[in-house]
Amino acid sequence: MSEAEIRGAVSKILRKIAPEANLDRISPDENLREALDIDSFDFLNVMIGLHEELKIEIPESDYQKLRTLNDLVSYLSNRLK
Amino acid sequence: MPSLGADMQEGTLIEWSVKPGDRVKRGDIIGVVRTEKADIEIEVYHDGVVDQLLAKAGETLPVGAVLAVIREEGEEAAAASAPAIQPPAPAAVPTPSAARLHVSPLARRIAQELGVDLANVQGTGPHGEIIKEDVERAAVALKKPPAEKRAAPEFRAGMRRAIAAAMARSNREIPHYYLETKIDLQKALKFLEAENQKRSINDRLLSVVLLIKAVALALHDVPELNAYWVDDQLQLKDAVHIGFAISLRQGGLVVPAILDADRKNLDQLMQAMRDLITRARSGRLRSSEITDATVTITNLGDLGVETVHGVIYPPQVALVGFGRIIEIPWAENGMLGIRPVVTATLAGDHRATDGHRGAQFLTALNQHLQEPEKL
Repeated sequence: MSEAEIRGAVSKILRKIAPEANLDRISPDENLREALDIDSFDFLNVMIGLHEELKIEIPESDYQKLRTLNDLVSYLSNRLK
Repeated sequence: MPSLGADMQEGTLIEWSVKPGDRVKRGDIIGVVRTEKADIEIEVYHDGVVDQLLAKAGETLPVGAVLAVIREEGEEAAAASAPAIQPPAPAAVPTPSAARLHVSPLARRIAQELGVDLANVQGTGPHGEIIKEDVERAAVALKKPPAEKRAAPEFRAGMRRAIAAAMARSNREIPHYYLETKIDLQKALKFLEAENQKRSINDRLLSVVLLIKAVALALHDVPELNAYWVDDQLQLKDAVHIGFAISLRQGGLVVPAILDADRKNLDQLMQAMRDLITRARSGRLRSSEITDATVTITNLGDLGVETVHGVIYPPQVALVGFGRIIEIPWAENGMLGIRPVVTATLAGDHRATDGHRGAQFLTALNQHLQEPEKL
Protein backbone atom coordinates (compact mmCIF):
# COMPACT_ATOMS: atom_id res chain seq x y z
CA MET A 1 0.00 0.00 0.00
CA SER A 2 1.45 3.37 -1.01
CA GLU A 3 1.89 6.27 1.37
CA ALA A 4 -0.74 8.22 -0.56
CA GLU A 5 -3.22 5.37 -0.09
CA ILE A 6 -2.48 5.22 3.61
CA ARG A 7 -2.91 8.98 3.90
CA GLY A 8 -6.23 8.64 2.07
CA ALA A 9 -7.40 5.92 4.42
CA VAL A 10 -6.44 7.96 7.47
CA SER A 11 -8.22 11.03 6.09
CA LYS A 12 -11.35 9.00 5.42
CA ILE A 13 -11.46 7.85 9.04
CA LEU A 14 -10.74 11.30 10.43
CA ARG A 15 -13.56 12.76 8.32
CA LYS A 16 -15.97 10.34 9.94
CA ILE A 17 -14.80 11.36 13.40
CA ALA A 18 -14.66 15.11 12.73
CA PRO A 19 -16.93 15.72 9.72
CA GLU A 20 -16.89 19.48 10.15
CA ALA A 21 -13.11 19.75 9.99
CA ASN A 22 -11.25 20.80 6.87
CA LEU A 23 -8.38 18.33 6.81
CA ASP A 24 -6.69 20.20 3.96
CA ARG A 25 -6.00 23.03 6.35
CA ILE A 26 -4.28 20.85 8.93
CA SER A 27 -0.53 20.70 8.79
CA PRO A 28 0.87 17.15 8.61
CA ASP A 29 2.91 17.96 11.71
CA GLU A 30 0.07 19.46 13.72
CA ASN A 31 -1.18 17.70 16.83
CA LEU A 32 -4.31 15.94 15.58
CA ARG A 33 -6.09 15.81 18.92
CA GLU A 34 -5.79 19.55 19.32
CA ALA A 35 -6.41 20.45 15.69
CA LEU A 36 -9.52 18.28 15.37
CA ASP A 37 -10.71 18.56 18.98
CA ILE A 38 -10.47 14.79 19.34
CA ASP A 39 -10.98 13.33 22.78
CA SER A 40 -9.87 9.92 24.00
CA PHE A 41 -13.14 8.31 22.88
CA ASP A 42 -12.70 9.75 19.36
CA PHE A 43 -9.07 8.65 19.32
CA LEU A 44 -10.06 5.10 20.20
CA ASN A 45 -12.54 5.23 17.33
CA VAL A 46 -9.74 6.33 14.99
CA MET A 47 -7.74 3.30 16.11
CA ILE A 48 -10.75 1.04 15.56
CA GLY A 49 -11.31 2.63 12.15
CA LEU A 50 -7.69 1.98 11.14
CA HIS A 51 -8.04 -1.60 12.30
CA GLU A 52 -11.14 -2.08 10.17
CA GLU A 53 -9.74 -0.27 7.15
CA LEU A 54 -6.14 -1.50 7.15
CA LYS A 55 -6.37 -4.65 9.28
CA ILE A 56 -3.74 -3.32 11.68
CA GLU A 57 -4.26 -3.57 15.42
CA ILE A 58 -2.33 -0.78 17.09
CA PRO A 59 -1.30 -1.61 20.66
CA GLU A 60 -2.24 0.92 23.31
CA SER A 61 1.41 1.40 24.19
CA ASP A 62 1.98 2.93 20.74
CA TYR A 63 -0.77 5.55 21.03
CA GLN A 64 1.61 8.17 22.34
CA LYS A 65 3.70 7.91 19.17
CA LEU A 66 0.73 8.90 17.04
CA ARG A 67 0.29 12.62 17.51
CA THR A 68 0.30 13.97 13.96
CA LEU A 69 -0.87 12.93 10.51
CA ASN A 70 2.76 12.29 9.57
CA ASP A 71 3.22 10.13 12.67
CA LEU A 72 0.23 8.02 11.68
CA VAL A 73 1.23 7.62 8.06
CA SER A 74 4.83 6.79 8.96
CA TYR A 75 3.79 4.30 11.64
CA LEU A 76 1.28 2.58 9.38
CA SER A 77 3.72 2.48 6.45
CA ASN A 78 6.21 0.64 8.61
CA ARG A 79 3.61 -1.77 9.90
CA LEU A 80 2.33 -2.52 6.40
CA LYS A 81 5.76 -3.29 4.93
CA MET B 1 -44.95 16.05 26.17
CA PRO B 2 -42.52 14.04 28.24
CA SER B 3 -40.22 15.67 30.73
CA LEU B 4 -36.72 15.15 29.41
CA GLY B 5 -34.80 16.96 32.07
CA ALA B 6 -35.21 18.77 35.35
CA ASP B 7 -35.26 22.17 33.67
CA MET B 8 -37.43 21.30 30.70
CA GLN B 9 -40.57 23.43 30.54
CA GLU B 10 -41.70 22.75 27.00
CA GLY B 11 -40.75 21.00 23.79
CA THR B 12 -41.43 21.30 20.09
CA LEU B 13 -42.73 18.36 18.12
CA ILE B 14 -40.49 18.04 15.07
CA GLU B 15 -42.10 15.11 13.31
CA TRP B 16 -44.16 12.02 13.75
CA SER B 17 -42.80 8.72 12.49
CA VAL B 18 -46.18 7.01 12.81
CA LYS B 19 -49.69 7.72 11.58
CA PRO B 20 -53.15 6.90 12.97
CA GLY B 21 -53.86 3.20 12.62
CA ASP B 22 -50.21 2.12 12.91
CA ARG B 23 -49.47 -0.65 15.34
CA VAL B 24 -46.70 0.14 17.80
CA LYS B 25 -44.94 -1.88 20.41
CA ARG B 26 -43.03 -0.90 23.51
CA GLY B 27 -39.73 0.76 22.61
CA ASP B 28 -40.78 1.91 19.13
CA ILE B 29 -39.87 5.46 18.16
CA ILE B 30 -43.02 7.38 17.36
CA GLY B 31 -41.69 10.89 16.86
CA VAL B 32 -39.04 13.48 17.59
CA VAL B 33 -39.24 16.29 20.12
CA ARG B 34 -36.85 19.21 20.27
CA THR B 35 -35.89 20.46 23.68
CA GLU B 36 -33.57 23.38 24.23
CA LYS B 37 -30.67 20.97 24.58
CA ALA B 38 -31.24 18.29 21.98
CA ASP B 39 -33.59 16.54 19.60
CA ILE B 40 -34.91 13.47 21.37
CA GLU B 41 -36.54 10.42 19.84
CA ILE B 42 -39.73 9.68 21.75
CA GLU B 43 -40.41 6.07 22.56
CA VAL B 44 -43.73 4.44 23.28
CA TYR B 45 -44.04 2.50 26.50
CA HIS B 46 -47.01 0.27 25.67
CA ASP B 47 -48.03 -1.95 22.79
CA GLY B 48 -51.07 -0.68 20.93
CA VAL B 49 -52.47 1.17 17.94
CA VAL B 50 -52.02 4.86 17.24
CA ASP B 51 -55.49 6.36 17.61
CA GLN B 52 -54.94 10.10 17.37
CA LEU B 53 -52.00 12.39 16.76
CA LEU B 54 -53.05 15.49 18.67
CA ALA B 55 -49.94 17.59 18.28
CA LYS B 56 -48.85 18.93 14.93
CA ALA B 57 -45.27 19.19 13.71
CA GLY B 58 -43.91 22.57 14.74
CA GLU B 59 -46.10 22.94 17.80
CA THR B 60 -44.39 23.93 21.03
CA LEU B 61 -46.18 22.40 23.99
CA PRO B 62 -45.67 22.39 27.75
CA VAL B 63 -44.46 19.32 29.59
CA GLY B 64 -47.50 17.20 30.35
CA ALA B 65 -49.50 18.12 27.25
CA VAL B 66 -50.94 15.09 25.48
CA LEU B 67 -49.22 14.52 22.14
CA ALA B 68 -51.04 11.42 20.97
CA VAL B 69 -53.53 8.79 22.00
CA ILE B 70 -52.50 5.15 21.72
CA ARG B 71 -55.14 2.57 22.46
CA GLU B 72 -54.49 -0.98 23.45
CA GLU B 73 -55.44 -3.83 21.17
CA GLY B 74 -59.18 -4.43 21.39
CA GLU B 75 -59.89 -1.08 22.96
CA GLU B 76 -62.35 0.95 20.93
CA ALA B 77 -61.17 4.11 19.28
CA ALA B 78 -62.63 6.88 21.40
CA ALA B 79 -63.59 10.13 19.80
CA ALA B 80 -63.90 11.51 23.29
CA SER B 81 -60.29 10.88 24.10
CA ALA B 82 -59.43 14.52 23.91
CA PRO B 83 -56.26 15.75 25.53
CA ALA B 84 -56.39 16.22 29.27
CA ILE B 85 -54.25 19.28 28.89
CA GLN B 86 -55.16 21.59 26.07
CA PRO B 87 -52.00 22.69 24.41
CA PRO B 88 -51.46 26.41 24.05
CA ALA B 89 -51.07 28.09 20.71
CA PRO B 90 -47.82 27.16 19.05
CA ALA B 91 -44.96 29.31 20.15
CA ALA B 92 -42.92 31.14 17.60
CA VAL B 93 -39.84 29.25 16.57
CA PRO B 94 -37.07 31.20 14.90
CA THR B 95 -36.52 30.45 11.26
CA PRO B 96 -33.16 28.82 10.81
CA SER B 97 -30.43 30.99 9.46
CA ALA B 98 -28.19 29.85 6.64
CA ALA B 99 -25.47 29.18 9.17
CA ARG B 100 -27.57 26.77 11.21
CA LEU B 101 -29.13 23.58 9.99
CA HIS B 102 -32.24 22.23 11.63
CA VAL B 103 -32.28 18.51 10.98
CA SER B 104 -34.40 15.85 12.57
CA PRO B 105 -32.40 12.94 14.04
CA LEU B 106 -34.09 10.53 11.63
CA ALA B 107 -33.12 12.73 8.68
CA ARG B 108 -29.57 13.07 9.98
CA ARG B 109 -29.24 9.31 10.27
CA ILE B 110 -30.62 8.67 6.79
CA ALA B 111 -28.35 11.38 5.37
CA GLN B 112 -25.36 9.66 6.90
CA GLU B 113 -26.45 6.31 5.50
CA LEU B 114 -27.09 7.70 2.01
CA GLY B 115 -24.07 10.01 1.93
CA VAL B 116 -26.18 13.14 1.56
CA ASP B 117 -24.56 16.46 2.48
CA LEU B 118 -27.16 18.18 4.64
CA ALA B 119 -25.71 21.57 3.80
CA ASN B 120 -27.15 21.11 0.28
CA VAL B 121 -30.60 19.95 1.36
CA GLN B 122 -33.58 22.29 1.44
CA GLY B 123 -35.75 21.61 4.47
CA THR B 124 -39.50 21.46 4.00
CA GLY B 125 -40.43 20.53 7.56
CA PRO B 126 -41.75 22.94 10.14
CA HIS B 127 -39.79 26.18 10.07
CA GLY B 128 -37.40 24.88 7.46
CA GLU B 129 -36.55 21.66 9.31
CA ILE B 130 -34.82 19.05 7.16
CA ILE B 131 -36.92 15.91 7.47
CA LYS B 132 -36.40 12.42 6.12
CA GLU B 133 -38.37 13.08 2.93
CA ASP B 134 -36.03 15.98 2.09
CA VAL B 135 -33.00 13.76 2.50
CA GLU B 136 -34.53 10.97 0.44
CA ARG B 137 -35.31 13.45 -2.34
CA ALA B 138 -31.76 14.79 -2.24
CA ALA B 139 -30.35 11.26 -2.34
CA VAL B 140 -32.30 10.48 -5.50
CA ALA B 141 -31.06 13.68 -7.13
CA LEU B 142 -27.45 12.97 -6.29
CA LYS B 143 -25.37 10.93 -8.69
CA LYS B 144 -22.77 10.34 -6.04
CA PRO B 145 -22.11 11.57 -2.55
CA PRO B 146 -20.07 14.74 -2.19
CA ALA B 147 -16.33 14.20 -1.94
CA GLU B 148 -16.07 16.29 1.18
CA LYS B 149 -18.69 17.05 3.70
CA ARG B 150 -18.39 20.26 5.65
CA ALA B 151 -21.09 20.94 8.11
CA ALA B 152 -22.11 24.54 8.44
CA PRO B 153 -21.06 26.04 11.73
CA GLU B 154 -23.87 25.75 14.23
CA PHE B 155 -24.50 27.67 17.33
CA ARG B 156 -27.05 25.98 19.51
CA ALA B 157 -28.58 29.06 21.01
CA GLY B 158 -31.28 27.04 22.66
CA MET B 159 -28.75 24.78 24.26
CA ARG B 160 -26.84 27.76 25.61
CA ARG B 161 -30.09 29.10 27.04
CA ALA B 162 -30.81 25.79 28.76
CA ILE B 163 -27.28 25.57 30.17
CA ALA B 164 -27.46 29.20 31.24
CA ALA B 165 -30.77 28.65 33.04
CA ALA B 166 -29.55 25.57 34.90
CA MET B 167 -26.18 27.03 35.84
CA ALA B 168 -27.60 30.40 36.88
CA ARG B 169 -30.11 28.59 39.09
CA SER B 170 -27.30 26.50 40.52
CA ASN B 171 -25.13 29.48 41.36
CA ARG B 172 -28.12 31.37 42.74
CA GLU B 173 -29.49 28.59 44.93
CA ILE B 174 -26.66 26.24 45.77
CA PRO B 175 -23.96 27.21 48.26
CA HIS B 176 -21.09 25.28 46.69
CA TYR B 177 -18.07 24.04 48.53
CA TYR B 178 -15.07 22.62 46.74
CA LEU B 179 -12.56 19.96 47.73
CA GLU B 180 -9.79 18.46 45.69
CA THR B 181 -7.29 15.68 46.02
CA LYS B 182 -4.55 14.17 43.93
CA ILE B 183 -4.94 10.45 43.28
CA ASP B 184 -2.09 8.15 42.33
CA LEU B 185 -3.30 6.14 39.32
CA GLN B 186 -0.30 3.89 38.91
CA LYS B 187 -2.11 0.73 40.01
CA ALA B 188 -5.26 1.62 38.10
CA LEU B 189 -3.42 2.34 34.85
CA LYS B 190 -1.29 -0.81 35.11
CA PHE B 191 -4.46 -2.79 35.67
CA LEU B 192 -6.03 -1.07 32.66
CA GLU B 193 -3.01 -1.75 30.47
CA ALA B 194 -3.07 -5.43 31.40
CA GLU B 195 -6.81 -5.64 30.79
CA ASN B 196 -6.52 -3.95 27.40
CA GLN B 197 -3.75 -6.28 26.31
CA LYS B 198 -6.24 -9.13 26.72
CA ARG B 199 -8.87 -7.37 24.65
CA SER B 200 -9.36 -6.79 20.96
CA ILE B 201 -9.19 -3.15 19.94
CA ASN B 202 -12.98 -2.96 19.78
CA ASP B 203 -13.29 -3.96 23.42
CA ARG B 204 -10.59 -1.78 24.95
CA LEU B 205 -11.44 0.25 28.01
CA LEU B 206 -10.73 3.93 28.54
CA SER B 207 -9.35 5.14 31.85
CA VAL B 208 -12.47 7.23 32.45
CA VAL B 209 -14.43 4.00 32.88
CA LEU B 210 -12.39 3.19 35.98
CA LEU B 211 -13.08 6.68 37.31
CA ILE B 212 -16.83 6.33 36.73
CA LYS B 213 -16.98 2.99 38.50
CA ALA B 214 -14.89 4.26 41.41
CA VAL B 215 -17.22 7.26 41.80
CA ALA B 216 -20.24 4.95 41.73
CA LEU B 217 -18.78 2.77 44.48
CA ALA B 218 -17.67 5.76 46.56
CA LEU B 219 -21.26 7.00 46.49
CA HIS B 220 -22.24 3.85 48.34
CA ASP B 221 -19.78 4.89 51.04
CA VAL B 222 -21.16 8.44 51.19
CA PRO B 223 -24.78 8.17 50.01
CA GLU B 224 -25.65 11.76 50.93
CA LEU B 225 -23.91 12.83 47.73
CA ASN B 226 -26.11 10.60 45.60
CA ALA B 227 -29.23 12.61 46.22
CA TYR B 228 -31.49 15.51 45.24
CA TRP B 229 -32.16 18.67 47.21
CA VAL B 230 -35.89 19.34 46.82
CA ASP B 231 -38.16 21.55 48.93
CA ASP B 232 -35.40 22.21 51.45
CA GLN B 233 -34.94 18.51 52.04
CA LEU B 234 -32.32 15.97 51.10
CA GLN B 235 -33.78 13.05 49.17
CA LEU B 236 -31.37 10.13 49.04
CA LYS B 237 -31.47 8.07 45.86
CA ASP B 238 -31.11 4.29 45.95
CA ALA B 239 -29.99 3.93 42.36
CA VAL B 240 -26.71 5.43 41.21
CA HIS B 241 -27.32 7.07 37.83
CA ILE B 242 -24.20 8.90 36.80
CA GLY B 243 -24.67 11.86 34.50
CA PHE B 244 -21.78 11.98 32.13
CA ALA B 245 -21.11 15.35 30.53
CA ILE B 246 -20.63 14.87 26.78
CA SER B 247 -19.47 17.79 24.68
CA LEU B 248 -21.01 18.05 21.23
CA ARG B 249 -18.92 18.89 18.19
CA GLN B 250 -21.33 21.64 17.20
CA GLY B 251 -20.97 23.23 20.64
CA GLY B 252 -22.68 22.80 23.97
CA LEU B 253 -23.05 19.66 26.00
CA VAL B 254 -25.58 17.11 27.11
CA VAL B 255 -25.55 15.03 30.27
CA PRO B 256 -27.28 11.70 29.71
CA ALA B 257 -27.15 9.22 32.55
CA ILE B 258 -25.35 5.91 32.75
CA LEU B 259 -28.02 4.05 34.65
CA ASP B 260 -27.12 1.86 37.61
CA ALA B 261 -23.43 2.54 37.10
CA ASP B 262 -22.57 0.89 40.43
CA ARG B 263 -24.02 -2.42 39.24
CA LYS B 264 -22.27 -2.49 35.87
CA ASN B 265 -18.90 -4.13 35.33
CA LEU B 266 -16.19 -2.25 33.45
CA ASP B 267 -17.11 -3.72 30.07
CA GLN B 268 -20.77 -2.84 30.57
CA LEU B 269 -19.82 0.67 31.60
CA MET B 270 -17.62 1.11 28.54
CA GLN B 271 -20.44 -0.13 26.34
CA ALA B 272 -22.93 2.18 28.01
CA MET B 273 -20.60 5.15 27.65
CA ARG B 274 -19.84 4.35 24.02
CA ASP B 275 -23.53 4.04 23.30
CA LEU B 276 -24.37 7.34 24.98
CA ILE B 277 -21.56 9.30 23.33
CA THR B 278 -22.39 7.92 19.90
CA ARG B 279 -26.08 8.66 20.29
CA ALA B 280 -25.52 12.09 21.79
CA ARG B 281 -23.22 13.16 18.98
CA SER B 282 -25.47 11.88 16.22
CA GLY B 283 -28.65 13.31 17.71
CA ARG B 284 -30.09 9.93 18.55
CA LEU B 285 -30.66 10.11 22.26
CA ARG B 286 -33.86 8.45 23.28
CA SER B 287 -36.25 9.77 25.84
CA SER B 288 -35.48 6.85 28.12
CA GLU B 289 -31.80 7.80 28.03
CA ILE B 290 -32.41 11.35 29.21
CA THR B 291 -33.06 10.21 32.72
CA ASP B 292 -32.27 12.60 35.48
CA ALA B 293 -28.87 11.72 36.82
CA THR B 294 -28.31 11.47 40.56
CA VAL B 295 -24.78 12.88 40.32
CA THR B 296 -22.64 14.24 37.50
CA ILE B 297 -19.08 13.57 36.39
CA THR B 298 -17.15 16.07 34.27
CA ASN B 299 -13.91 14.85 32.79
CA LEU B 300 -11.87 17.56 31.07
CA GLY B 301 -8.59 15.70 31.10
CA ASP B 302 -8.54 15.31 27.33
CA LEU B 303 -8.41 19.07 26.99
CA GLY B 304 -5.33 19.39 29.15
CA VAL B 305 -7.13 20.82 32.16
CA GLU B 306 -5.59 19.75 35.44
CA THR B 307 -8.33 20.75 37.89
CA VAL B 308 -12.09 21.04 37.34
CA HIS B 309 -14.22 23.23 39.60
CA GLY B 310 -17.67 22.30 38.35
CA VAL B 311 -21.13 23.71 38.89
CA ILE B 312 -23.70 21.35 40.38
CA TYR B 313 -26.68 20.53 38.17
CA PRO B 314 -29.78 21.01 40.35
CA PRO B 315 -31.50 19.22 41.99
CA GLN B 316 -28.35 17.11 42.33
CA VAL B 317 -26.10 17.87 45.27
CA ALA B 318 -22.68 16.94 43.92
CA LEU B 319 -20.48 17.07 40.88
CA VAL B 320 -17.20 15.20 40.53
CA GLY B 321 -14.53 16.61 38.24
CA PHE B 322 -11.45 14.96 36.81
CA GLY B 323 -8.53 16.64 35.11
CA ARG B 324 -5.65 15.42 33.02
CA ILE B 325 -3.57 12.48 34.15
CA ILE B 326 -0.06 13.81 34.54
CA GLU B 327 3.22 12.37 35.72
CA ILE B 328 4.58 14.12 38.77
CA PRO B 329 7.14 13.45 41.50
CA TRP B 330 5.38 11.47 44.22
CA ALA B 331 6.76 10.76 47.67
CA GLU B 332 5.54 7.67 49.51
CA ASN B 333 7.02 5.74 52.43
CA GLY B 334 10.09 7.93 52.30
CA MET B 335 10.69 7.15 48.64
CA LEU B 336 10.43 9.54 45.75
CA GLY B 337 9.18 8.35 42.39
CA ILE B 338 7.27 9.43 39.32
CA ARG B 339 3.57 8.55 39.30
CA PRO B 340 0.63 9.18 36.99
CA VAL B 341 -1.71 11.35 39.01
CA VAL B 342 -5.17 12.79 38.46
CA THR B 343 -6.71 15.67 40.38
CA ALA B 344 -10.24 14.77 41.50
CA THR B 345 -12.52 17.54 42.70
CA LEU B 346 -15.81 17.49 44.46
CA ALA B 347 -18.30 20.31 44.16
CA GLY B 348 -20.75 19.78 47.01
CA ASP B 349 -24.02 21.44 47.97
CA HIS B 350 -23.43 22.79 51.47
CA ARG B 351 -27.14 22.57 52.26
CA ALA B 352 -26.93 18.80 51.79
CA THR B 353 -23.48 17.91 53.11
CA ASP B 354 -20.49 19.52 54.66
CA GLY B 355 -16.82 19.34 53.88
CA HIS B 356 -16.30 16.45 56.28
CA ARG B 357 -18.55 14.12 54.29
CA GLY B 358 -17.13 15.49 51.07
CA ALA B 359 -13.64 14.63 52.23
CA GLN B 360 -14.79 11.12 53.13
CA PHE B 361 -16.11 10.73 49.61
CA LEU B 362 -12.77 11.71 48.04
CA THR B 363 -10.96 9.35 50.41
CA ALA B 364 -13.29 6.53 49.41
CA LEU B 365 -12.79 7.38 45.74
CA ASN B 366 -9.03 7.15 46.20
CA GLN B 367 -9.32 3.83 48.01
CA HIS B 368 -11.43 2.28 45.25
CA LEU B 369 -8.92 3.40 42.63
CA GLN B 370 -6.09 1.77 44.62
CA GLU B 371 -7.90 -1.57 44.23
CA PRO B 372 -8.71 -1.54 40.52
CA GLU B 373 -9.19 -5.31 40.35
CA LYS B 374 -12.28 -4.86 42.56
CA LEU B 375 -13.88 -2.25 40.30
